[in-house]
Amino acid sequence: MTPTEKPKTETPPLSMDTFLQGIWRENPVLVMMLGMCPTMAVTNSLGNALGMGLATTFVLIGSNALVSMLRKRVPGTVRIATYIVIIASFTTVVDYAIQGISLALYSALGAFIQLIVVNCIILGRAEAYASRRPVLHSMVNAGGVGIGFTLGLVLLGGVRELLGSGSLLGFPVFGPGFQPWVIMLLPPGGFFVLGTWLLLFNWLRGRQPGVAPTPAPVHDHGR
Amino acid sequence: MMATLGITALVAGVLVVAAFEITRPQIEANRRQVLEQTVLRVLPGASTRQSFVVSADQLRPLHNGDTDGAVVHAGYDHNGRLVGIAAEAAARGYQDIIRLLYAYSPDCECITAIHVLSNKDTPGIGDKISTDPAFLANFRALAAQLNAERSALGHAIVTVKHGKKVAAWEIDAISGATVSSRAIGKALNDSAQRLVPVLQQQLTVLTRAPRETP
Repeated sequence: MTPTEKPKTETPPLSMDTFLQGIWRENPVLVMMLGMCPTMAVTNSLGNALGMGLATTFVLIGSNALVSMLRKRVPGTVRIATYIVIIASFTTVVDYAIQGISLALYSALGAFIQLIVVNCIILGRAEAYASRRPVLHSMVNAGGVGIGFTLGLVLLGGVRELLGSGSLLGFPVFGPGFQPWVIMLLPPGGFFVLGTWLLLFNWLRGRQPGVAPTPAPVHDHGR
Repeated sequence: MMATLGITALVAGVLVVAAFEITRPQIEANRRQVLEQTVLRVLPGASTRQSFVVSADQLRPLHNGDTDGAVVHAGYDHNGRLVGIAAEAAARGYQDIIRLLYAYSPDCECITAIHVLSNKDTPGIGDKISTDPAFLANFRALAAQLNAERSALGHAIVTVKHGKKVAAWEIDAISGATVSSRAIGKALNDSAQRLVPVLQQQLTVLTRAPRETP
């Protein structure tokens, strides 16, 4: 991915921004507030958050590439069905891969691996980006969004595991005297931590010159 | 349009089948390894295991693809002596089915350990069933003796309220996690009522096994 690569059509040239917008300016978790179901459900430990983030990233890149390849052939009337089939295939691949890597992680993530199929981040990327851009653009952009999603999950999962279990990736951090803050592992803790991160990020964005702390653009993807 | 949909479906199918075929050996190896570890964990002192199928009142060594009945795993120590039998049990918890592996010792006719395999109950509350030391102490010697006819347990295994345990076949619930604790009691009772009579009756098959099938 170098800036010298020439775009084929009217799409803007492949730049660092294609990659970075998903991580910072359009971060799915911290700015766009997309994919909140898995975000809330699997971030009770850093390991789960990392696993879920990477699984979603893989599905994002794979499905975006395929959607982009087929973008001129898929008729508009059946495009959503086609995207779902493509996303479901990659989700199944990830499902088997995680079972092959670690059954402990697989049982911890539970149904949320299969639910990547209906993750609005992925469908949103396929519909709003990959269906109109060349393959390389789509993959780079999907990689950025995936890493942004992983980053969001890791921020939540790290804090929740640290406070709720007193450990990081399963290793105790605070020593035996620490009284775990159990509510952090429960859904309310997820909202507390997410709220605090959003506060911090909105404050940071507001401090940047020329950027008003406006709310994220409304993307209605169903959930 | 049909061609595009056909191509998409074909690519999807190839992807899924390829992923399944590539990962299958690894997944099976993982499953075996996890089972091996958990069986040997609930049966301390055991170094080898052998699996059997229990159906009706029969007990036979497990062969590939034989799923007609409940699977139990007998653990043996270095000298080939039967240490205990591990079996799977399951019951409805607070959120979802709780699955666990328990160890039954034919010598003391009691349950000597449990290990929770899957549990989706509330983290920090319902998942104490796998971590709370006081609760796990229930299962160091939980009585599972047969009745006089040797057809079922003499006393059903029950979970009682926290601090109310008096008999050896009662489980002292975790305060605040009663539903999850009760599920353990129910799972153990359901499984033991069915398996223990057969295991005791077929004990010679189990104790002989390691010498007959290397």
